[in-house]
Amino acid sequence: MIKVQNLAKMFGTKRAVDDVSFSVNRGEVLGFLGPNGAGKSTTMRVITGFLPPSAGTVTVGGFDIVEHAIQARRLIGYLPENAPAYTDMTVFGFLNFAAEIRGLRGDARKQAVNRAVEMCFLESVLHQSVETLSKGYRHRTCFAQSVIHDPDVLVLDEPTDGLDPNQKHEVRQLIRRMGEKKAIIFSTHILEEVDAACTRAIIIDRGKIVANGTPQELRQKSEWSGAVTLRVKNVAASTVSTKLYQVPLVKRVTVVDEKDGRVTVRAFPKSGANGALAAAIGEAAHDWQVEQLHTEEGRLDEVFRSITMPDTAKEAA
Amino acid sequence: MNAWHNVWTITKRELGAYFTSPIAYVFIVIFLLLCGFFTFFVGGFFERQEASLVRPFFDWHPWFYLFLVPAVGMRLWAEERRVGTIELLLTMPITAWQAIVGKFLASWLFLALALALTFPVVITVNYLGDPDNGVILTAYIGSWLMAGAYLAISCITSALTRSQVVSFIISLVVCLFLILAGFPPVINVLEQVAPRLVELVASFSVMTHFEGFQRGVLDVRDLLFFLSVIGFSLFTTSVILRTHRAG
Repeated sequence: MIKVQNLAKMFGTKRAVDDVSFSVNRGEVLGFLGPNGAGKSTTMRVITGFLPPSAGTVTVGGFDIVEHAIQARRLIGYLPENAPAYTDMTVFGFLNFAAEIRGLRGDARKQAVNRAVEMCFLESVLHQSVETLSKGYRHRTCFAQSVIHDPDVLVLDEPTDGLDPNQKHEVRQLIRRMGEKKAIIFSTHILEEVDAACTRAIIIDRGKIVANGTPQELRQKSEWSGAVTLRVKNVAASTVSTKLYQVPLVKRVTVVDEKDGRVTVRAFPKSGANGALAAAIGEAAHDWQVEQLHTEEGRLDEVFRSITMPDTAKEAA
Repeated sequence: MNAWHNVWTITKRELGAYFTSPIAYVFIVIFLLLCGFFTFFVGGFFERQEASLVRPFFDWHPWFYLFLVPAVGMRLWAEERRVGTIELLLTMPITAWQAIVGKFLASWLFLALALALTFPVVITVNYLGDPDNGVILTAYIGSWLMAGAYLAISCITSALTRSQVVSFIISLVVCLFLILAGFPPVINVLEQVAPRLVELVASFSVMTHFEGFQRGVLDVRDLLFFLSVIGFSLFTTSVILRTHRAG
């Protein structure tokens, strides 16, 4: 549904987005990750037709966003960053306006407004002015506006920003549910959201795509992926690490924690260990009191850091 | 057909925005008070002993509008940019032109309403004497067109900035120039300094073109002047909005 080809966007001489290409199909939820200022919002603004591209093309549902702007925009629902809404209107008035400008009339409009209100839990504030709403409600009002015409494509810029944990959960559920029938692209810098809602994720840094894959694939880029954490009781840390270094699959052992007679160590596998490390370590530790033994899946935040800030990530590890 | 529906949707929203905030009521009350005060006290409506609204009433309009119209127009785009709703508005399936015209039309209709509410003056003059109502009507039309020209200029300055105050001041200065270019004291000075330029400069003034309407003359050139100021200003607004986004 969304196809971005060699997209570039310049602001003066600054390249905010540099040669970005990707596509999102129906049934996909694409998470857009990146540090602040990486070009996430700019990319989304170009996709929705707010900013014209400096180079490259964007098509939505087959319509070029510049050449056939109106047709392309009809297919898109857009939640801009910070969820702006007309503060002088009531929630009801605002949603009616959004429906009307999307070309919905009469009963179709009533139904669309009702559906959006229900979906975003806005009944209780329906006749309140947007100005008086709390941030969470204001956010949901703008979100309701973006889905009012049941669009095929949803572009959501930080849809969970400023929401409390329960609301975040609701919005993620909503995105995942809608993602079954639509093409959704949403930006975030909360990495757990990628797992909670995305079928695929892109990491963008300084205007360029630096990683693109399913959350699982991204996680495997982590050096944590396949590492084994072991916690034992009443054994000295030096004894544990000496013993583990003798296990053939182990590349490196770090002591994570040592207190109250408990030692936690993490063993990183040599390449080609393929998950056999846990069994090997279990064997090596068989005469100790093992409290915990598990294989790490790899951590997105560590992948994110190592990709976007290669220097500092090493220090932290 | 569809295009006008889009324009009308925007216009309705904007008109609604005026009346849900105090702007509309404050504006109308101040405008009517000013009109009343200047017509009857400063303009010497009764002392003139003639059944005419031209001098005591319409003569003040260019000056009232100087302050009041930029106040109406200043929020049009500045507010959208400040709050960020411009990003919603311009990603809706409408053209930028439909949004620009819709917003302009809403403010212009609002000014028409304020102007229409001065009707007691017309009733008064008709009650007291026997004025030429045709002249009054053309003067009203001219006044509304002049307000439209000011308003379109305010659209430009509003699109230029996020700050309503900056927008207000700049459009006030531009409108002041449009008045002064035809203001008799300025013309007199200009006649001594650069007599050849007098006509050129004066032709840019709203005063010169409003004069015809006040005399009851519907001159195509005056009509064209106001309409072309409006058209040119709205076009400039669209260019400014586009360059903002082009980066």
